[in-house]
Amino acid sequence: MIDEESRMSLTTVNLSQLTITEQVVKVSKSILSTITNVMLLPVIGITIFLFLWSISAQSIHTSLGTFPGPNAVVQQFSSLYEEHVVEREKAVAFYQRQEKRNLAKQEKNPNYVGKIRAYTGKETFVDQIITSLFTVTCGFLVAAIIAIPLGIWMGLNKRLNSAINPIVQIFKPVSPLAWLPLVTMVVSALYVSDDPMVSKSFLTSLITVSLCSLWPMVINTSIGVSSIDSDLLNVSKVLRLPTFTHIQKIVLPASVPMIFTGMRLSFGVAWMVLIAAEMLAQNPGLGKFVWDEFQNGSSDSLARIMAAVIVIGFIGFLLDRAMLGLQRKVSWDKSSASV
Amino acid sequence: MNWKKTITSSLKSLSLSLALVCAGTYIAHAQTLGEPEKEELKFGFIKLTDMAPIAIAYENGYFEDEGLYVTIEAQANWKVLLNGVIDGTLDGAHMLAGQPIAATMGYGTKAHIITPFSMDLNGNAITVSNDIWKKMKPNIPKMADGRPVHPIKADSLKPVIESLSSEGKPFKMGMVFPVSTHNYELRYWLAAGGIHPGYYAPHKGDNSGQIDAQALLSVTPPPQMPSTMEAGTIHGYCVGEPWNQQAVFKGIGVPVVTDYEIWKNNPEKVFGITAAFAEKYPNTTIRLTRALIRAAKWLDDNSNANRPAAVKILSQSNYVGADYDVIANSMTGTFEYEKGDKRAVPDFNVFFRYNATFPYYSDAIWYLTQMRRWGQISDDKSDQWYKDLAAKVYRPDIYEKAAKSLIEDELISANNFPDFTNETGFKAPQQHFIDDIVYDGNQPNAYLEKFKLGLKKGDKL
Repeated sequence: MIDEESRMSLTTVNLSQLTITEQVVKVSKSILSTITNVMLLPVIGITIFLFLWSISAQSIHTSLGTFPGPNAVVQQFSSLYEEHVVEREKAVAFYQRQEKRNLAKQEKNPNYVGKIRAYTGKETFVDQIITSLFTVTCGFLVAAIIAIPLGIWMGLNKRLNSAINPIVQIFKPVSPLAWLPLVTMVVSALYVSDDPMVSKSFLTSLITVSLCSLWPMVINTSIGVSSIDSDLLNVSKVLRLPTFTHIQKIVLPASVPMIFTGMRLSFGVAWMVLIAAEMLAQNPGLGKFVWDEFQNGSSDSLARIMAAVIVIGFIGFLLDRAMLGLQRKVSWDKSSASV
Repeated sequence: MNWKKTITSSLKSLSLSLALVCAGTYIAHAQTLGEPEKEELKFGFIKLTDMAPIAIAYENGYFEDEGLYVTIEAQANWKVLLNGVIDGTLDGAHMLAGQPIAATMGYGTKAHIITPFSMDLNGNAITVSNDIWKKMKPNIPKMADGRPVHPIKADSLKPVIESLSSEGKPFKMGMVFPVSTHNYELRYWLAAGGIHPGYYAPHKGDNSGQIDAQALLSVTPPPQMPSTMEAGTIHGYCVGEPWNQQAVFKGIGVPVVTDYEIWKNNPEKVFGITAAFAEKYPNTTIRLTRALIRAAKWLDDNSNANRPAAVKILSQSNYVGADYDVIANSMTGTFEYEKGDKRAVPDFNVFFRYNATFPYYSDAIWYLTQMRRWGQISDDKSDQWYKDLAAKVYRPDIYEKAAKSLIEDELISANNFPDFTNETGFKAPQQHFIDDIVYDGNQPNAYLEKFKLGLKKGDKL
């Protein structure tokens, strides 16, 4: 024991005796390697990818022309944006015409109460992105509101866990495409209203997304809760904390890392499911955009789909980062929130 | 974004009081058309050039002129579209002429659908794959310049099918829906060339339409026709534009015959709404018909002068979305058969002239005769039955009201419409069929007796 301690102190001395220049070199080396890791390597990777993409794209001939390379996709990005701007201008004109018409009607009939309707024109690429983001967030929140309390309950109660676990395990691997027809029919049967708050297609996408993103959250939350350190549980027992305080002060903080891992997994699933659901059910959103372009079969279609693919990937990445940031913010053990 | 559109709360319309006010102030216009009862409407369509009247009525502001705020939405296939209209997600839609008839009759989903407006004449073609074309071509008579003589008859296809079947290979073709115009046109063409397209037997639960068939027909959604043929699943198809021209542009097939050549100026799509909608919202129904009539007229005005502008609109991704050139090929009065063999077909797409928009009873009855011919109607029906059903679905009365109010508003002059005082709703016997058989809508049963192939009086499978 003594031997080991003395050796350790020796190394400490050695370290402190390093010259300043050596230290500077060491620090700058580490900075350099961070720069290489964070900046240079990704740039090299992307460049090689773009190069390979444009080379291989040229040699793939489809019946809609050659496969789009990076150039074609960039072009489509700008034309999609232009279309968005044009559509916005049309929308402004639409509202002006509507106001005029309402005024004319009011002149004829003073009792007429004018009403401004939302623009009836087409949804642009930007609109579709916003719709998709809104739907996925709503679907995910609905899933979280159900899954987290259920997961905590299952984690606390072994019997409930064994009762529900088989159901969770069976439903977890079900593809959204299998749920979709059922959801569509149930929604159109049950959601009947002359003046609906939200459209049926929105509800269908939302429920499908929720159904598929529920399970990773339930499983991770219940595992997180059931594997809390027994010391913590004993503390709670000694203090005789009431159930709610026990959950609030002990269970939640201790299982936050696992809950968030589940939420991140779920959000990823939710995003993938949404695109598939929109595509199949013709619900507004990025998935519908991709499907419509595929159906159109114009010479720009492939490039537009590729543009959508890139946007879908990028948004998925940003959503994941956002969840990670949130996790870092709320968990007490910062190291648990690793990339 | 639909959730936004629907989130705004709706107001009950004041049509009745408004109509009264109007009647009071303008005594001369005692019949003035009231305000629409329902102002926000959603129409469905399938990505085909013949949806043009709907797109034009929207883009040219004809719907807005009627006080209608219309959203137009592409549908995945004809079944989804029909279900949308039946369950109310769609207020109306671009439909196959056979759809309202079959739905009202109860073949497939039963629902009372009516049509006040016929959308166009012609506009379809039959395309075969390059491989089949290569084998067919030697059987076709040639003109002096080496190009095939038109119309190409299915006689030239018959040996190809026979040699395929001797190898044990089935001959398959795609059409868009069991009660679609395309199904009947394709069957008509094949049968005229002596090829049996197969019977349906719904009373036995057999809706495949392949009993006794020499050519197996199956359903494929229009936009997927070219890729399905490219994949080799089908040897050819009958579909509307731009999906035949698409095959030429992609170099994967050759259109052999247009439906104009199978039956000159045949009725094609109709605008379908539920009977309940027309009853609940009479003013809206007349107003939307007015807008569609104006759009159809614009499409045909000055001998198709507006067509290039229309093609530009249709090529937008939210409408048909195919390339301008592909759509323009058929919409502007030409049709490209074999690559480079471009011929003038000025009436390939007719939207207004020849009273194209008027819903003739005789058109509905023709579809019914074909349904009987191929077994979709299992039993014999009396001539009167055909006429009663046609009158239940086709509603020239609504069309007449819309047309008369357009004349009164001096938007379209009366000579553009049929003479309503003498109009019976039956066209004079029509002659221009590919097999030269004459069709008289007043005598459906006698017409059925004229065919070599098909069910006749007393036949039941």
